[in-house]
Amino acid sequence: MDADNLALQYLLSGITKGSIYAVVAIGFNLIYSATGVLNFAQGEFVMLGGMIAVTLAAFVPLPVAVTGAVLAVTLLGCGLELAFFRRLRRHSVLHLIIITIGLSIVIQEAALHIWDEKVRSLPYFTGNEASSVRWWGASISPQVFWVLGTVGIAVLVLHLFLRQTLTGQAMRACSAQPEAAMLAGINLQNMRTLAFGLSAGLGALAGCVISPITMTHYEMGAPLAIKGFASAVLGGLGNPTAALAGGLMVGILEAASVSVLPAAYNDVAAFAVLLLVLFFRPHGIWGKPAGQGVREH
Amino acid sequence: MNMISRLLASALCGLGLAALSLNPLAAAPGDNVIKIGALFSVTGPAAFLGAPEAKTAQMVADKINAAGGVDGRKIQLLIKDTAGSPEKAVALARQLIEEERVLAIIGPSTSGETMQIKNLCEENQTLLISCAAAEVIVNPVAKYVFKTAQNDSAAIAWIYRHMKEKNISRIAILTGNDGFGVAGKKQLEDAAKAAGLQIVANEVYDRQATDLTDILTKVKSASGVQAVVNWSIVPAQSIVAKNMRQIGLNVPLYQSHGFGNRKYVEQAGVAAEGILFPASRLLVAHELPDSHPQKAVLTAYLKEYEAQFKEEASAFGGYAHDALLIVVEGVRQAKSTEPAKVRDAIEKLKNFVGVTGTFSFSPKDHGGLGLDAFEMLTVKDGKFTIYKP
Repeated sequence: MDADNLALQYLLSGITKGSIYAVVAIGFNLIYSATGVLNFAQGEFVMLGGMIAVTLAAFVPLPVAVTGAVLAVTLLGCGLELAFFRRLRRHSVLHLIIITIGLSIVIQEAALHIWDEKVRSLPYFTGNEASSVRWWGASISPQVFWVLGTVGIAVLVLHLFLRQTLTGQAMRACSAQPEAAMLAGINLQNMRTLAFGLSAGLGALAGCVISPITMTHYEMGAPLAIKGFASAVLGGLGNPTAALAGGLMVGILEAASVSVLPAAYNDVAAFAVLLLVLFFRPHGIWGKPAGQGVREH
Repeated sequence: MNMISRLLASALCGLGLAALSLNPLAAAPGDNVIKIGALFSVTGPAAFLGAPEAKTAQMVADKINAAGGVDGRKIQLLIKDTAGSPEKAVALARQLIEEERVLAIIGPSTSGETMQIKNLCEENQTLLISCAAAEVIVNPVAKYVFKTAQNDSAAIAWIYRHMKEKNISRIAILTGNDGFGVAGKKQLEDAAKAAGLQIVANEVYDRQATDLTDILTKVKSASGVQAVVNWSIVPAQSIVAKNMRQIGLNVPLYQSHGFGNRKYVEQAGVAAEGILFPASRLLVAHELPDSHPQKAVLTAYLKEYEAQFKEEASAFGGYAHDALLIVVEGVRQAKSTEPAKVRDAIEKLKNFVGVTGTFSFSPKDHGGLGLDAFEMLTVKDGKFTIYKP
């Protein structure tokens, strides 16, 4: 394997990891933009998506199972907003963030009781555990294309939704200028519920497509939430496109660090870069400084 | 308040007090139960060890109690969940020793937890029969500390011997960053030198790792790798197998005895085919000849476990099975529940046939198992089978 192919292999590995971080980071952003809350239960949506899909896949065909899981988790996301955040709106943002941490623990424990401690996974969408595609001298699992394709399309659809549809524009208005949006007749609270639902559904979708590669178990959410949060901060909170870039950057950084440093240091490398960026640009690479419409889609 | 209700009230109070005062009596030593504590990581990252261990221990205890107990005394098994956290293990061990005054503690499931409570048990003269594998648990020997899992070094000896037979000399080592992986890494490195093997790549991955293609790319780029050894107990074992095949790294993959769980084979699917790993005979009990000393114990355990819990038994449950039965055998031999006497009796046990192997303890050896507690296994058609060259 020559150096070029090797570099491509590392890059692909980084992009695979990074695309998942990116989805979690976009989820963070959606909710942050709409409500100002950082939802640390974001990783749990990914876990639930995978778990529910695996359970359903035993009874129905795979596409139905994945759709069912995404719908179920979307509803759960909306339900959480209705049950907790809508009622507790008067509390400070900090309180709400702490509630999300609590929720993540509760969801994790619930998952442990509903399912169990064992790892499980969806079957590979195409091919099997050992199949791989040769591409410019690098070998990749076909599932990686599923991950990249699904994440890519999901992000594109989300982008179009926010820019082109009336509801999407209303959501953006809510985050840019809540009071003005309310005066214009937009139901702020429903938009917040929608943001939770979208972000949960997106997480669940990611949880389904990565399940064959990474496997799903009840504890997988927390590390993803941390990496996703780091990606969101690196890109700049409040900007979904930046979150995508941030996620890919964290993933690629990890893979690149493995090529030169012992693998044990890959988290260190990723977080060192994050810290460095925050030293020079506290609002992230593409974020806007506080006070200049931080929360914009 | 009329007379009757007052009488009733006082009677109830009296009953309550009696119940309260009865409870401590039940816990007093010299009573007709043998208190044995069990620390297992039933939940948490090491749940795949702790869950079958806890189930097995309960099953064995129930079976002994149903058969009349140990010399007429019932076993009271107190299972506590450490969630794989050494801090929790210390707190729970203290509780078992100081409040419950147990005769012995079986478990914990992981080496990290065991090492945290080794001294605690030693100081309080409470027997500790660990279900973890690291050699440091019984070397140096602590008077009250024993273990039932095979030594890591025995597994390494099996792997390296196998490599020699196949003329493999350049290897890559992958280890998880948990206690098992860290201890294994050092032993793998030391033993490789002695065995004349050259380590050309040596990487550590996070125990929660989800994709290892980057690390395996690095292994692939190291020149002349003839085999990969992966040493961990976490689900990443299946990921290593999958990623190796996906990036076209087609060399033999050796796993540690931590791979002895069908769940991992299922998760790795076709990528698991041909994986080599030393493990206890539990996984291949049906292939053993009837004359094998362990055959009866193994088949009985498999049958009972699978009938009761409707899931396949793993080698880990066997550690708990043996730990509990060793304590029981110690009590039987000593005809006493005095810790010092039970300890002496256990140290004298010879050829005690368990699920994991045939134990023979001595004052110098509190592990009790030899190289023969392992068998080299491989995966064929999604099933474990004895490796035949």
